[in-house]
Amino acid sequence: MEGFERRELHLSIPVAPDMEIAATAQVTALGEWLDMGRDKIDEMKMAVVEACINAFEHSHTPDRRVELDFVADEDDGRLFLQIAVLDGGRGFDPAKIPLPDLAAKLKSDRKRGWGLKIIESLMDDVKIESNDRGTRILMRKYR
Amino acid sequence: MSETLKVSVERPGPSIAVLKTDGYINNTGGEEIARRAYTLMDEGVTRLLLDLEKTKIVNSIGISILLDILEKVLEKEGRLAFCHLTPTIEKTFHIMGLAQYARLFPSSEPALIWLRGEAE
Repeated sequence: MEGFERRELHLSIPVAPDMEIAATAQVTALGEWLDMGRDKIDEMKMAVVEACINAFEHSHTPDRRVELDFVADEDDGRLFLQIAVLDGGRGFDPAKIPLPDLAAKLKSDRKRGWGLKIIESLMDDVKIESNDRGTRILMRKYR
Repeated sequence: MSETLKVSVERPGPSIAVLKTDGYINNTGGEEIARRAYTLMDEGVTRLLLDLEKTKIVNSIGISILLDILEKVLEKEGRLAFCHLTPTIEKTFHIMGLAQYARLFPSSEPALIWLRGEAE
């Protein structure tokens, strides 16, 4: 896209209540700059919230921080916002995360476990890389 | 920067209550909604409307607590409805399958008609 200028932003947040909301402010700013619609921006905000609280709750990251990289760019003429959520925790095997089923959840004491499903449903592309040194959730949404 | 969810309650009928939320439905917000809902259910309410007009963001922890409320409503053979959802919250509820067990309405009027049993 002629004249388009890539923008990048890094944010480091502590593992602390509601800090995921700080991350959503960056999504709003870059999404508006890309002239993405309100609904798409809200969907990205929700996905970022889920990725952050996943890291807060499950990563056991020793530095108690979560890093976020935001990139507003274009790919073959299509504008997109890409967000990477990284933690230095103990990692997990995405293949071992069961798909949540509401009928089963309603009969269970554990109603949680929706985060990855929500992220994958709200974003256009999602990649999860995880090992014993940490996890990176890379997600992208096109304008 | 912790946000506190505010919940207000209206009682349009002896078995019906409307809980209006204002703020972020996270773990503490969900727990506050549940606390108010269970108090109402102890008083005989079996039909609940959650009006999320002033809630623009939720997270899955908060939603999981709403599922606890849904489970208890269904155990009492009651009804649970939501209204004034943002498009993203409504989409998320559909992703989860919540719309199979609770009804989603654009506004409170049709929701209350359904809760009163005047429409299926």
